[in-house]
Amino acid sequence: MDWSLPLNASTQGVHIDNLFWLIFWITGVAFVLVEVGILWFLWRYRARDGHKARYTHGHIGAEIVWTAVPAVTMVFLGIYSGIIWADIRSPDSFPDDAMTIGVVAKQFEWNVTYPGADRVLGNDDDFTIRNRFEFPVGEPVVVRLESEDVIHSFFVPELRVKQDAVPGMTIPIWFEATETGEFQIACAELCGLGHYRMRARVVVHEADAFDSWYDEQTGAALAAAAE
Amino acid sequence: MATMASEPTGIPVRVEEHPQSFIRKYIFSTDHKVIGIQFLFTCLFFLLIGGLLAVMLRFQLGFPGAALPGGDLLPDTMAPDGIILPEFYNSLVTMHGTFMVFFAIMPLLVGVYANYLIPVQIGTHDMAFPRLNMISYWMFLVSGLVMLSSFWVIGGASAAGWTQYAPLSASPEASGVSTGQILWILSIAIFGFSSLLGSINYITTVINQRAPGMTWFRLPLVIWALFITAILGLLAIPVLTAALIMLLFDQTLGTTFFLPTEGGQPLLWQHLFWFFGHPEVYILILPAMGFVSEIISNGSRKPIFGYKSMVFAIIAIAFLGFIVWGHHMFQSGMNPALGMSFMISTLIIAVPSAIKVFNWMGTIWGGSIRFHTPMLFAVGFVMLFAIGGFSGIFMASSPVDIYIHDTYFIVAHIHYVLFGGSLFAIYGAIYYWFPKMFGRLINETAGRIHFFLTFVLFNLVFFPMHGLGMEGMMRRIYDPSQYEHLADIQDTNTLITWAAIGLFISGLYFGVLFFWSLFRGKPAPDNPWEATTMEWTLPSPPQHGNWKELPTVYHGPFEYSHPDVEKDWLSQNERPDVVSPAHH
Repeated sequence: MDWSLPLNASTQGVHIDNLFWLIFWITGVAFVLVEVGILWFLWRYRARDGHKARYTHGHIGAEIVWTAVPAVTMVFLGIYSGIIWADIRSPDSFPDDAMTIGVVAKQFEWNVTYPGADRVLGNDDDFTIRNRFEFPVGEPVVVRLESEDVIHSFFVPELRVKQDAVPGMTIPIWFEATETGEFQIACAELCGLGHYRMRARVVVHEADAFDSWYDEQTGAALAAAAE
Repeated sequence: MATMASEPTGIPVRVEEHPQSFIRKYIFSTDHKVIGIQFLFTCLFFLLIGGLLAVMLRFQLGFPGAALPGGDLLPDTMAPDGIILPEFYNSLVTMHGTFMVFFAIMPLLVGVYANYLIPVQIGTHDMAFPRLNMISYWMFLVSGLVMLSSFWVIGGASAAGWTQYAPLSASPEASGVSTGQILWILSIAIFGFSSLLGSINYITTVINQRAPGMTWFRLPLVIWALFITAILGLLAIPVLTAALIMLLFDQTLGTTFFLPTEGGQPLLWQHLFWFFGHPEVYILILPAMGFVSEIISNGSRKPIFGYKSMVFAIIAIAFLGFIVWGHHMFQSGMNPALGMSFMISTLIIAVPSAIKVFNWMGTIWGGSIRFHTPMLFAVGFVMLFAIGGFSGIFMASSPVDIYIHDTYFIVAHIHYVLFGGSLFAIYGAIYYWFPKMFGRLINETAGRIHFFLTFVLFNLVFFPMHGLGMEGMMRRIYDPSQYEHLADIQDTNTLITWAAIGLFISGLYFGVLFFWSLFRGKPAPDNPWEATTMEWTLPSPPQHGNWKELPTVYHGPFEYSHPDVEKDWLSQNERPDVVSPAHH
């Protein structure tokens, strides 16, 4: 363990990581001030013979300062976070041209439905692969997330993506990978006996490699349908 | 019956003196002090259970697949050959959370100290409704035993997490647990009734039975905290009870409140649970803040810095606590626009918490600090609670929460506020009020050893969990080695487990110290800490009915080091004309 976030492989992850480290530095400074302040006061004001404590009930100026400074900081963080949140999750933020892939979670597997040769989800040429999620780098992908039984959570650490899959709901999320590689989907919400091993392979391809893999799959799917 | 009087004059009140049988005095007692002590012993037992469950689940994470020492005593449905099964692991995390939240921390804060302290600090003979108070304790005990019994039923104890997310909790097919799940629901429902009876009692007593001269702004901060906490409980717990009844019907009668198959809605459970659950979080911290305010003022020999802003901060936290529940649900599928508003309210609640931390720092500034054991725990609370507050800002920011939600970062956070926060304050409170409750002292050196062990081991256990969360380790997973991104964390998990075993042993050490002091501790004087609130003017322990004649209150709650007084403390009920003046 090295006290760092794992490799980031998505466009949204850049913003999430920046915000994480911004909060880290703000709270880090406050952390040092508070902890060192306490330790310093404890040592400086330890009971000694002949010293009596200062009799004071407070100081209105100091109290206004230490109310206002956290308040302003929090409002700033709220606005900044809100802008990023909207860029990731607001319905307006979804790219129009993205490939849409369906993911259905169930105890304890991820079923990934690809949109078939026409690249449109929800018709006859769709095909489903269990526990394998493959897509191209540098292109936005929309995932329509569903669950068949209990709540699961779709978590790919390197993509900085996490979204619960809730039975009875279809929840769209989107992301765009910036790195190729092999990752894993991990289930992040307790879903029963096999929760701890509910994982799936994620493969992010170069665009051409994805196309050839995809054509192979659609071909196989068409052949299977023809039989 | 005590009445409110506007002018500060002592009112003689007849206390009924009648002999009581052993059973009426110690078992089915209506004396608030005996009930508080009953809660204390019961809660320490449940704290031990919660700790034992924690050590067991930590063992699996530290040494995955190894046989638990002594684990062959467990039945094969839990741990065949001593090796913990995944389904038993899920029960362990569920029941650890459940016992700690509902049967240890919450009743230790409220059941023990609201009962014990309210009458002796506000100056009255007993609670407004002593019989309700007695029933409240016995319902609590029953609920805890029902919860404990669920380990031994077929299918084992609930395995749906202490948050009981439906449909996992609502359908026996999904979790594999049926009877244990029903017992969980029943137990918490009974617990809720117990807690409601307590809340009604505390609110009524504080409003109606304050001694003459005890104005609202002369109330010790413990009482303010417990009073506001009782209001939180009164408003939040019925929501949980309603949700539990719906969940029970889904489990047993085939209704589908939370099951989507026939129009139910899983997120409804989360909204109801967290509408209770977030105020609950403040139920678990406000009384702790009250203890700490009291102890820090005493240890620093200074009035609390900014008394009124402390009171308003408590009220602000309680109010805001009702409108932040959605921050547990940023990734739940809730409308993202809602996430936005919950994020803002959540960040704002950091402000009153910050005010409290700064006011505690202001209190020790310029003090004449005595490092008694309660003071060590109180200062430890401030240092650790601050860390929990800072880590809370990360998850309040909803984009960052996308990554850290449901990871060990959250586990680290909750333990910094609930253990580093609440339990440190509880330890402080136990050391502080032990002499009053039992008439004996706990050895100071032994207490300080307990503090340093707990402080160091606590940080060894929970600080590295922030790092685990940053690596992406999910909560409630039986075996992290299943995941490539978690390949490098086993060493850290093993270290945490060793430290957790040490922390458990330091807890056992405290238990031994507690019971040894109960019988062998040196006799305590009435006011061993030279404190200002009124319980310290009573004998240790106070007699039945507390006061023969109700006290009259002349001063604020934290009059330490007053320049016109020779000694450095002034009891709230000390008559100004008999106090010896300072030599100038």
